[in-house]
Amino acid sequence: MSTTANPQTVVEPRAAAADQSAVNGVSVVADQPRADMGALGAAELVAEGVCAWFGKLYVLDDVSLTMERSRVTALIGPSGCGKSTFLRILNRMHEVVPGAALAGAVRLDGTDIYDMSFRAMDVRRQIGMVFQKPNPFPAMSIADNVLSGLRFSRKKIRDRDALLEEMLTKAGLWNEVKNRLKSLGGALSGGQQQRLCIARALAVRPSVLLMDEPCSALDPASTNRIEQTIKEIAHEVTVVIVTHNMQQAQRVSDSCAFFLAAENRPGGIVETGPTHDIFENPHDPRTADYVHGRFG
Amino acid sequence: MTIAVDTSAPLPFQAGTGNDSPPPPRTPIPRSRVRLRDFGGGDLVLLGASLAAAIAVTWLIFEQFALLSGPAGFVVCSIAAFLLIYWVANVQLNGRLVATDRLWAAILGVGAVGLAVPLGAVLVFVISHGYHLISVHFFVKDQKGVGALSPASAGGIGHAVLGTLEQVGIAVIMGGPLGIATAVFLNEVGGRATRLVRIVVTAMSGLPSIVAGIFVYSIWIVYLGQGFSGFAGAIALSVMLLPSIARTTEEVLKVVPGGLREASTALGAPEWRTVWSVVLPAARPGIVTAVLLGIARVAGETAPLLFTIFGSSFINANPFNGAQEALPLFIYAHVKLPSASQVQLGYSAALALAMVVFFLFLCARLVSGTRPSWMNLSLLRRAAKSSERSEG
Repeated sequence: MSTTANPQTVVEPRAAAADQSAVNGVSVVADQPRADMGALGAAELVAEGVCAWFGKLYVLDDVSLTMERSRVTALIGPSGCGKSTFLRILNRMHEVVPGAALAGAVRLDGTDIYDMSFRAMDVRRQIGMVFQKPNPFPAMSIADNVLSGLRFSRKKIRDRDALLEEMLTKAGLWNEVKNRLKSLGGALSGGQQQRLCIARALAVRPSVLLMDEPCSALDPASTNRIEQTIKEIAHEVTVVIVTHNMQQAQRVSDSCAFFLAAENRPGGIVETGPTHDIFENPHDPRTADYVHGRFG
Repeated sequence: MTIAVDTSAPLPFQAGTGNDSPPPPRTPIPRSRVRLRDFGGGDLVLLGASLAAAIAVTWLIFEQFALLSGPAGFVVCSIAAFLLIYWVANVQLNGRLVATDRLWAAILGVGAVGLAVPLGAVLVFVISHGYHLISVHFFVKDQKGVGALSPASAGGIGHAVLGTLEQVGIAVIMGGPLGIATAVFLNEVGGRATRLVRIVVTAMSGLPSIVAGIFVYSIWIVYLGQGFSGFAGAIALSVMLLPSIARTTEEVLKVVPGGLREASTALGAPEWRTVWSVVLPAARPGIVTAVLLGIARVAGETAPLLFTIFGSSFINANPFNGAQEALPLFIYAHVKLPSASQVQLGYSAALALAMVVFFLFLCARLVSGTRPSWMNLSLLRRAAKSSERSEG
């Protein structure tokens, strides 16, 4: 985990992709153009100098962060420091909010997702999202909920049953719902609903999965199950998770980024690094204070 | 690609209870149960006694001492006396706190009865005046060859029922989707025109119904030279229907959680897909109610039809050509007539209109799959059985 050294440098997307793969020693598909935004397995996500505004309010200041392929990156920090805004910028959900503006670039395996030649919805199919509040579609059955993303993008579903089993198993829900796939998604418990949302997000086979405090509304048992799921899916999809739970960040993430906003100032990253270092050996005293519960 | 998840091992938080020794049998301790919200027999007696005392006192003071008369004054005075006596009695028996509570419950109860009585009275009035003629014959025949001196049972109102069904049906087909689309525009799409559209919809919903009729008359019938027809009436009705459906649907769409739209957008769904596959299905019961309220409103409209369908005594199944009859128009025309048999026809037509609207409600609920619970008993039983099976 390292912040991009020089986000202001203007580089060609292709060249940037080659650079990144060289830096990380990865030689997989990074130099292929991703113009079709097709599914290619886990991908690396790089934010370069990202800033964000809501109307005139400047909320996020110059965030650069590399979220490595097939790793779990946790975004930690007190409320209102721009973590969720940053997360929403990563799959173009930020622009849905009226008055929202941004600057900087976000590169998925080297390709800028804000390039004018991409449609936002194609980007979102590549970079899935799970929200804080479980939000299964209430009028759809469990099975239809899982398949909804594919239906929305008019993808052909070849082997429906196998796909359902695969996705629900990945989300750790299969055994609980396999006998009632036709009942409504809203009838599940909160923890089951959240796992259904994870299965739904995984079904479109994204390269990156963003999770915005996925466990904050859940009980410890469901939290435990979802953390297990995160660890299991990490090898095939890059995970970025926002969490307020320090233990959770320690348990699930490989690297951490600590966000902080001073009073009436936009939020930004204070420190990034491997999770172990952030928690055991932080460089910045503010990070140390936060991870040890002295504020926030 | 599949991940092996070991599901056979129990998770730590699912600790088995099998090893625990069964708890020792407990001897039940007799306890007197207290139900704090209960309204028991004693309270009922108190309520009845207060009511009887109030009526007696009112009779004594109102009729005997003050020498007043009139049922309305008697009822109002009785209610006032009842509330006073009931409150005083409750203060004496249960204390001030409970008495205040009961007093407000009594006031609300009186209000509820005051609302229910007129509603029931309307139904009873229509049914008692109209039931004589209700038969299959009445719903099928028209008024062909029926004169002012013919018995009321000579003809039927089939022409009016058919006309109302066709006109309301066409109006819903035209105004329903347009109204829902308007609501979707106002709530889901938005943009600069939102304010303008909202003002227009509000103005339309405040439009007197006869103006809708005159509008269609002057444009469709006079200016464009089309004759009177059921379709012209349907246009006028849809002008009434559209704002009603649009406004109610907009309120329904507002309560669809925003999280659903976000979830759909985050899955890569285009905006129209989010509306079509997520928002509208989630709001479906409410939208059906909105359409039903619109139907209920326009099915009884007379004024928009006066200048558009013209009225007829014969069955005209073609809504696009020639004058048609409608139930409200038929009622309007007949209850004014001097002959008793004609007035009787009007009352029976009123009951028929109520039945037709009820029938439309049933159809809409059945078609849309949003049945009220009482229509769903067999399905509920089946669901209960299947859930038992899956648990067993």
